[in-house]
Amino acid sequence: MSAQTPEQSGIPFWRDERYLNVLAQILVFALVAGLLYSLWYNMNRSLEALGLPLSLKFLKINASFDIGEKLISYGREDTYLRAYLVGVLNTIQVAVLGVIFATILGTIIGVARLSTNWIVNRLATWYVELFRNIPLLVFLIFWYQGVFLKFPDVRNAIQVGGVYLSQRGIAFPWGIPTDTFRTYLYILGFGVVVSIIAAVLMYRQGQKTGRMPLISLWVPLIWLVTGVIGWFVLPQAPLTFTYPQLPEKGFNIIGGRVFSPEFMALLSGLVLYTAAFIGEVVRAGIQAVSKGQVEAARALGLNGFQTLRLVVFPQALRVIVPPLTSQYLNLTKNSSLAIAIGYPDIVHVYGTIINQSGRAVEMTAIMMATYLTFSLLTSAFMNWYNKRIRLVER
Amino acid sequence: MQRKMLFAFAALLALALLTVACSGGAAPTPEKVVETVIVTVEVPAAGGGEAAPAMAGNTLQQIKDRGKLVCGVNSSVPGFGFLNEDGSFSGFDIDFCKALAAAIFGDPGKVEYRPLTAKERFTALQTGEIDVLIRNTTWTLTRDTELGANFTATTFYDGQGFIVRKDSGITKLEELDGATICVGAGTTTELNLADVFAARGINYTPLVFETADETTGAYEEGRCDAYTTDKSGLVARRTVMADPEAHIILEETISKEPLGPVVRHGDDQWYDIVQWTVFATFTAEEYGITSSNVDEIKASTENPSVKKLLGTEGDMGQKLGLSNDWAYNIIKYVGNYAEIYNRNLGPDTPTYIPRGLNSLYTDGGILYAPPVR
Repeated sequence: MSAQTPEQSGIPFWRDERYLNVLAQILVFALVAGLLYSLWYNMNRSLEALGLPLSLKFLKINASFDIGEKLISYGREDTYLRAYLVGVLNTIQVAVLGVIFATILGTIIGVARLSTNWIVNRLATWYVELFRNIPLLVFLIFWYQGVFLKFPDVRNAIQVGGVYLSQRGIAFPWGIPTDTFRTYLYILGFGVVVSIIAAVLMYRQGQKTGRMPLISLWVPLIWLVTGVIGWFVLPQAPLTFTYPQLPEKGFNIIGGRVFSPEFMALLSGLVLYTAAFIGEVVRAGIQAVSKGQVEAARALGLNGFQTLRLVVFPQALRVIVPPLTSQYLNLTKNSSLAIAIGYPDIVHVYGTIINQSGRAVEMTAIMMATYLTFSLLTSAFMNWYNKRIRLVER
Repeated sequence: MQRKMLFAFAALLALALLTVACSGGAAPTPEKVVETVIVTVEVPAAGGGEAAPAMAGNTLQQIKDRGKLVCGVNSSVPGFGFLNEDGSFSGFDIDFCKALAAAIFGDPGKVEYRPLTAKERFTALQTGEIDVLIRNTTWTLTRDTELGANFTATTFYDGQGFIVRKDSGITKLEELDGATICVGAGTTTELNLADVFAARGINYTPLVFETADETTGAYEEGRCDAYTTDKSGLVARRTVMADPEAHIILEETISKEPLGPVVRHGDDQWYDIVQWTVFATFTAEEYGITSSNVDEIKASTENPSVKKLLGTEGDMGQKLGLSNDWAYNIIKYVGNYAEIYNRNLGPDTPTYIPRGLNSLYTDGGILYAPPVR
């Protein structure tokens, strides 16, 4: 390009590429901004006409409805904000457990699909093809109405060990914290410190002698031992256990911790569905590791499991993590389908709030922001992890 | 390269202009609503006395231009609002949609029914997706103010009750202590349940579903020990349960549930039309005018009140922005209140509910229409 101005070069500005580029960007920006403004203006005008100007004050109003499942104390006299928080925590509960179980199951399925055992291989393939191709909503309704609601009623609950299965959910024995529970948490924390120190010492020892001890076995063991010792050293056990019992009178199983059929149906639906996708991600990741790596590992004398754990997986992870992230995000977002089976997640509580308060625009914005936050946090964590495991280039 | 970019730019520009043009076309709607609010407020302030209703609001005009009324209804409560197997709607609330269409167009068939869940209904009304909400909706202060809704005349006085399985042996609310109770999302019943049970110190777990079908489905499966909604709804839903005889409705009524048509804030003329359509059915019952004798009475009556109602004297219809035979059309095509009631909830129907409070004031009920004059 010459340093001449357009006047000097004799090109009119509407044909000068430098001007046009800038002009195009300004125009596009102005159009987008104008469009957004007109939508905003239109919405405000309509709300004004209804006498409902935007405001967040309603969040402090008493919600006056009850929620069946809650992780924090909540009652009808609490605020809408707290009601919403109950929904958020319920979503987090199902999403976190869902991600953990789906990852475990998905990894097993991904490895099984590559198995040389014909039956294992076929079963995994059928699993993926079946679960991946049924819409999740249909699947959830099937699990809820077809499986969990078809269990016998409470009085005839199926008993497996200390666990009771009935229409009212699954009841497990559960620990209730006693006065010494807080102290016990400190002991467990102390155990973590001890095991870290032990890990460092063992690592040094290993480097010195050239024979690395089984750190991954010893560290949890040390932690467990401190935990067990702490349990018995305390004057009172930190947890007392309640065991579920059949009701003689009344409606529900007494004692233990009951997971509702809605929660169980949602969790199992999400896990089984997402595991099919994660299985494919894992398979693709493993297959992306070149065959020579496996052959080399076997030539060095590593057995099948060692090859997978020490050679294949670390390399496969680099391919697996990015698509795995989007599966985690999908699972979290899909948990909003809970609405079809009556589990009080974010969307469920949101719906009741807008219906009772009339604040559809504000609540929708809050809900979108909540899901966005979840997704961005998950992505941020997975990106950090991805960076940590990526190939170090020299 | 440059040419390609220019093309893309031109296409984008055209698209953007189109969007602006579209939003420009849509924008006046809310503006008009705002104007009408100002107008209706200013006229009485100026001491004008008689407000000219024809200029108020544009809902009626929109309905006329569209050629049909859009009515938000229930599709799963037999006797009130129910979607039949052949795809038609029937019920008590549906008949009031038809009455409105008859008043506006002289044709009860010019209605588009929009089935809504309890949760969707107010948003649908606020956004203008429907013209009127006739979906067993309870009149409360919050809804009347913060939800931007205006409740017209009450068509059905109801109260909240509970249904339980007969074999559970439950007869009183107190015996539901510790029970799981199925309830519809976004209803007044959800709130009453919380209030009443808290006040009486009865513990319970609510299980909340979107639609009446899901809610009663879970109750029937045994997931809940009781199902609660308006008593009329309980009677209606029991008829579609697998074994209606296995369930019993508890005596106790825990709330007042006045149900009736609802319109948006900001259009007084439309509010008046809906309200007087309901009153016309009350008045017709009071004067003994039915769909079968309305022609005869219209031709022969000497009663000035009846004449005003049927449009042979005065211009009552025009005051509402309708034709003068509006009430005649309602009675002719849909019937008076008693006919509507008996057709859907009378002794010959599976959803029989004794009239009780929903009788005319002359028969010991509380239905009372202001005079048409």
